[in-house]
Amino acid sequence: MAQADELDRPAPQAQQPKRDWAGALAAEGAKAPAPAPEESAGFMGSALYEAGRTVHNKRIDGPFRRFKWAIMAITLTIYYATPWIRWDRGPYAPDQAVLVDLANRRFYMFDIEIWPHEFYFVAGLLIMAGIGLFLVTSAVGRAWCGYACPQTVWTDLFQHVDRFFDGDRNARARLDKAPWGVSKTTRRLAKWAVYLAIAFWTGGAWIMYFADAPTLTWDFWHGTANPVAYATVAVLTGTTFWLGGFMREQVCIYMCPWPRIQTAMLDEKSLIVTYKDWRGEQRGSLKKAAKNPDAYGDCIDCQLCVAVCPTGVDIREGQQIGCITCGLCIDACDRVMKETGRARGLIDYATLEQCDAERAGAPARPAWKALLRPRVFVYFGVWAAIGAGLLFALGTRTHTDLTVAPDRNPPFMLLKDGSVRNAYTLRLRNMEARPRDMVVALEGLPKGAVMWTDAVSLENAAQSQTVTVDANATKVLRVYVMLPPDVEADDEDDGLPFTFRLTAQDESDSAQTTFAMPEDD
Amino acid sequence: MTNKRIDEPTGTEFVGHEWDGIEELNTPLPRWWLYTFYATIIFAIVYVVLYPAWPMIDRATAGTLGWSSRGDLAAEMRAADAARAGVVAKIAATPIEQLPSDPQLMQAAVAGGAAAFKVNCVQCHGAGAAGSPGYPNLNDDDWLWGGTLTQIEYTLTHGIRWDAAAETRSNFMPAFQGSFDAGQVSALTGHVLSLSGKAKPNATGAQMFADNCAACHGSGGEGLPAMGGPALNDAIWLYGGSAADIGKQILAPRHGVMPAWQGRLDPVTIKMLAAYVHSRGGGQDPAPAAPATQAPQIAAK
Repeated sequence: MAQADELDRPAPQAQQPKRDWAGALAAEGAKAPAPAPEESAGFMGSALYEAGRTVHNKRIDGPFRRFKWAIMAITLTIYYATPWIRWDRGPYAPDQAVLVDLANRRFYMFDIEIWPHEFYFVAGLLIMAGIGLFLVTSAVGRAWCGYACPQTVWTDLFQHVDRFFDGDRNARARLDKAPWGVSKTTRRLAKWAVYLAIAFWTGGAWIMYFADAPTLTWDFWHGTANPVAYATVAVLTGTTFWLGGFMREQVCIYMCPWPRIQTAMLDEKSLIVTYKDWRGEQRGSLKKAAKNPDAYGDCIDCQLCVAVCPTGVDIREGQQIGCITCGLCIDACDRVMKETGRARGLIDYATLEQCDAERAGAPARPAWKALLRPRVFVYFGVWAAIGAGLLFALGTRTHTDLTVAPDRNPPFMLLKDGSVRNAYTLRLRNMEARPRDMVVALEGLPKGAVMWTDAVSLENAAQSQTVTVDANATKVLRVYVMLPPDVEADDEDDGLPFTFRLTAQDESDSAQTTFAMPEDD
Repeated sequence: MTNKRIDEPTGTEFVGHEWDGIEELNTPLPRWWLYTFYATIIFAIVYVVLYPAWPMIDRATAGTLGWSSRGDLAAEMRAADAARAGVVAKIAATPIEQLPSDPQLMQAAVAGGAAAFKVNCVQCHGAGAAGSPGYPNLNDDDWLWGGTLTQIEYTLTHGIRWDAAAETRSNFMPAFQGSFDAGQVSALTGHVLSLSGKAKPNATGAQMFADNCAACHGSGGEGLPAMGGPALNDAIWLYGGSAADIGKQILAPRHGVMPAWQGRLDPVTIKMLAAYVHSRGGGQDPAPAAPATQAPQIAAK
């Protein structure tokens, strides 16, 4: 169905002067590249709104395009395939490699299992993600926007669907303007059906992260899955269909806060995609330049950089919020420069500082050298330190945990024979995927101190108690501790400090608490 | 808007506002945004028709759906009651002494009792059920009228010295004001304190105790739970354990009153309250095996 693409034809002769590189010289391409209001409703003398416009970006090949293909393949594969990876954890835990088990409050990621009380790991990852964005921005500018942002990846995917059904830029623009006939309607319905299929697959993949994927898939198609699953799929299908299929660059330009944040983080040392105007201006066609070589720069004003842009901006106007720095215009311009026999890099990744230097006559510098600046290293240092901290915490964490909460009301209980009893609520965590026997013992209380639980009656009170904690579970244990009469605390206000020690095979944990005593009368 | 000024790079009109040299542009909205705005207006109109919206003199307009947050709450409470109904019926059908043999049911009863306790009991017995002078502590192992599940349930149902309940528990400590002089009171108080080892025994006090007190409090002051006679040989004193407090209680005793909850709470709630009180750490098993002597043995281990 794809229309022939001009660029797929054999390379034209360099001197072919009237080549319409981008279709921009065609009648329908005459619209201004800047978002000038084409159609405005007057309201008190000013434009109320700006008419919608569709970006029909032209196909281009080159290193950046191939890089984008690779990133798209990797990110989409990770997204769609990850929930289906199996990971054996034994009989007491799910066998899905990556699982956010909200119902049981567990987060599984391969060999790592995160409990709610360890949420600082997730917080740490989020902090790393935030600093990682600072790091990437200070090193390579808006690379996130250009390559890895889901909105960019899915927009790219949907634009390729457009290209498959309706052909390249010119054909798509023509079809947009064509009246609604059978052919156009059929094409549009087919295309939207593919949009919908992709969107549905995207929404469907999302829920697989929150439940066992094969089971959920079976349930989903048999109508027995949780209503939340259907609602989530419906919402995500709708948003993917709408944001990827129709809103596209409008999301980046109007909705997303990230371009604004990034603009604030960029400085003259940041890598941006830039048009080297001192080299390109005065723009002019090859024909004009041939007649009067001294008056014209390298830019032949072919508009190909505008035509390939997925957000429809003209990079030659300089930095702007719509530029996601995907580098496709670099691919386009390098190609034109090669075919016209000029040096590549009229549009290129460069820093504003480097641009000023080059304008003053300095030689071009490889873009990667822009990475070597203190800010990048500081961000990297902070980022790596947090990562190392998390890894250390992960490597040294134990799979047992004990917390203790003494009863505060009443703090102590005087018994008939003058013994004093305190009650404590203990939480015993068994973070291993098997049931374990754990021993809770008293440490540091005077002789005669005993403990018992609701399950173990007073007759069997002793210095320690053994309890079985289920696999992957927290056992809440109410524990009574009793001191015989006539034990004196050094200071009744503070009570007797002591320790509960939890031992499970080779692991142990302890929790400090206090035994409250009555005041002497 | 007579003299329009246009921003050169963007071709957009200035609004006319300026802050520190930064001027505001009248950038037009994208059309989809305008349509979104219209959609919100339509949503608002539909909402006003369907839901309570306009405040009137005493209430808001009702809305055609008849929705109210109070109705939501009532529905949620009905749903919660319905979800609990099975367990509640099971507790109602289980005799209280058999509750502990079903730990899950016991746990449900204790949880329900804890909630009811916070509403009905904390006023006298305190939020931690620890009581205060004159109001018994429910956590300890000292029970005036018995600490088994059955006995606690009886006390809850019929109350103590609650005249309106026919089967209420009642006893009476006579006032010895006028019968004993100061020296006698002092001797008797000394004997009472000696029962728990806090004073030296004296023969006068012992004789007075045997004559006047042992019938209800037991010859050794061990108490008589069947008739609510408090134990005097332990560390727990409802009205204070100092010599002055005890003397006061001999001359002009105070008597606490516990309301009968039969008729005020349904039997299941009373049963759950009994389970909760029993679970506070001092509950006795149906056949208590001399609990007073038990603790020291363990303490000596």
